[in-house]
Amino acid sequence: MSETLSAKQLGFYALNEKVRELTGEIIIDNSYGERFIAASATADKSIVINGTPGNALGCYMDGAHITVNGNAQDAVGDTMNDGEIVIHGHTGDALGYAMRGGVIYVREGSGYRTGIHMKQYKDKRPVIVVGGGTGSFLGEYMAGGLIIVLNKNSDGRADVGRFTGTGMHGGAIYIRSAEPPEDVPKQVLCRKAEDADKVAISEYVKRYAALFGGDINELLGADYWVLAANSANPYKQMYTDN
Amino acid sequence: MSLNYIYPDNEVVRNYDKCICCRACERQCANEVHEYLEEADKMIADDAKCVNCHRCVSICPVRALKIVPTDHEFRKNTSWKKKDIYEVYKQAESGGVLLSSMGNPSEFPVYWDKILLNASQVTNPSIDPLREPMETKVFLGAKEESVKRGEDGRLITKTSPQLKLELPVMFSAMSYGSISYNAHESLARASQEAGTFYNTGEGGLHEDFYKYGGNTIVQVASGRFGVHREYLETAAAIEIKMGQGAKPGIGGHLPGKKVGPNVSRTRMIPEGTDAISPAPHHDIYSIEDLRQLVFSLKEATAYKKPVIVKIAAVHNVAAIVSGIARSGADIVAIDGFRGGTGAAPTRIRDNVGIPIEVALAQVDSRLRDEGIRDKISVVAAGSIRSSADVIKAVALGADAVYIGTSALLALGCHLCRTCNQGKCNWGIATQRMDLVKRLNPDIGYKRLVNLMTAWKHEIEEMMGGMGINSIEALRGNRLMLRGVGLTDVELRMLGIKHAGESA
Ligand code: SF4
Ligand code: SF4
Ligand code: SF4
Repeated sequence: MSETLSAKQLGFYALNEKVRELTGEIIIDNSYGERFIAASATADKSIVINGTPGNALGCYMDGAHITVNGNAQDAVGDTMNDGEIVIHGHTGDALGYAMRGGVIYVREGSGYRTGIHMKQYKDKRPVIVVGGGTGSFLGEYMAGGLIIVLNKNSDGRADVGRFTGTGMHGGAIYIRSAEPPEDVPKQVLCRKAEDADKVAISEYVKRYAALFGGDINELLGADYWVLAANSANPYKQMYTDN
Repeated sequence: MSLNYIYPDNEVVRNYDKCICCRACERQCANEVHEYLEEADKMIADDAKCVNCHRCVSICPVRALKIVPTDHEFRKNTSWKKKDIYEVYKQAESGGVLLSSMGNPSEFPVYWDKILLNASQVTNPSIDPLREPMETKVFLGAKEESVKRGEDGRLITKTSPQLKLELPVMFSAMSYGSISYNAHESLARASQEAGTFYNTGEGGLHEDFYKYGGNTIVQVASGRFGVHREYLETAAAIEIKMGQGAKPGIGGHLPGKKVGPNVSRTRMIPEGTDAISPAPHHDIYSIEDLRQLVFSLKEATAYKKPVIVKIAAVHNVAAIVSGIARSGADIVAIDGFRGGTGAAPTRIRDNVGIPIEVALAQVDSRLRDEGIRDKISVVAAGSIRSSADVIKAVALGADAVYIGTSALLALGCHLCRTCNQGKCNWGIATQRMDLVKRLNPDIGYKRLVNLMTAWKHEIEEMMGGMGINSIEALRGNRLMLRGVGLTDVELRMLGIKHAGESA
């Protein structure tokens, strides 16, 4: 059974109150910037949003499934713990901030600070797949998880802005590109992916192709750069006891 | 061999007439100061390793030990104190940023000590708290501005979520990681028994302590360690950490060596990795952005829990709090520059921020002037040492206070200020199991409850003396305060009169 809500004129408070009460398939039509949809939602909800949901979509989400037919805004999947978010469009800044589990697929590009503070612990390993490019500070302070940037419209350069992986001390970033990203800080190792490296991402790239279309050989066959921290303790030598 | 420029600050003095060579001090000192010399049948000590924590002093069965500050001094110099010289030596040796713990120990005015309370005489009777009911209960959260009625004329009684405190004192944020499991257990159990709250800090919540959720404030910091749905749902309130009095503008950084199996579990990061919470929340650049985080937490918990925003007291604090009051936050916690810390860069701790007394007075006045004082509760933190400080804070405008150092002292802390080294001999600021065991939570929690009970009685007595029978009536009641030895500017900033001036 599915419930259809119209977000029109509801405002986020009333809309989210309804979403909280429902389970099963929930369709939200006419979404126009309502924030916090599916905050901390669990696996008993599967939500389809038609329109443009507002900031913090799926924040603290814990198992639900969201499909957005449109673009999303900032802070999608903030501190998300589990579940899947599929965006048929672009997203704004701070996508997947401090995400610790689940997967986010974005058909097009994402904004600044994508995947900042992502973390992993034991079997919890968050994944972000971005079809286009990203803004600067990709994976800033990243402590775990996996970010894949497919760069599908790029001219051969890594379309990820600047300062990729600043403060990164865990996890991995894969960037599909002929050239490496600029400004990679010295505590991050950046190298060309071997075939063996691609095993780690193939499952997610295939799912991307299944969701949004695209030639899997073209997506997976191209060159990738892998970024990983070269230390889990970047600031170890900085202090003196006083 | 390189020269050692630094002469130890403390000397371990042993009375050899008393010492029976039981070697208890040797076993108890995690800093390995004491050593038994078999051939001489004699205990010796390495002063250089001593942090002056008094553990051995307390444990010695014959009271043979004391720790005294050394009288070895540099040539007298007003400008260059020993501390300044040694800090240069340390940095020249290591190239490192100086790291300290606990609150700012430098000589700045403590305004609490320059404020005196009023009492009733003759014309306005005092109240005997032993005989008459006294109310020390407070509710923290946004208050309704007016009475609201529904369309049917009935009163709408649904209010914003509130925290109910039996006395206006809570335990401030101290993370599991910076303090031990047993310290957290003591705080949690004491909060439950005393009818108040403790705060997880930014290190997540151990699953064993979920059962104290009704008395737990959970923190959300920029690194979001241990933050997930159940953590938020378990708590009584959620605190967004924007800043901390001991290190305004500086984030948290738990070094990988302190991230052992248990800490790793609550922070939800692999063992041995650094836990980095940078100063800025990189998704917050304005009050509007803060509002988004506040409401994301409210949405995630169905508006059932108050959201607290914690900031350090800095120059512009009144304007900042005025913004926070409009962000949808229910409570603001303001941490003064003397506030404690598990580890902070020395220069930041000793040089940044403003005193809580002034910050609090300014915030309360500003919120009143703008007519939004009831929109938000104000919690003052950073150097509250006694029930008298609590009373003064309330009269300056606080709804309640947070205590950190006082609570640790109740648990046995001796303020050696080396928490950052992770070898706390009192089982508090350490993760070493042999040391953690020394703090028995069955005893620890009772000591905390005792402290709260004693303060509550004292608060009632001071209130009774002023002829006030409800703590709410004292809030922001600055006529109950008088300054001594303060300049005009200081009095104006505190919004109080000088002793001798009448109302
Ligand atoms: S560090 Fe503490 S236990 Fe060790 S000698 Fe000094 S005072 Fe005693
Ligand atoms: S604990 Fe006291 S008596 Fe025992 S060895 Fe140490 S100084 Fe001597
Ligand atoms: S908590 Fe322990 S290490 Fe920190 S100041 Fe107190 S006694 Fe020293």
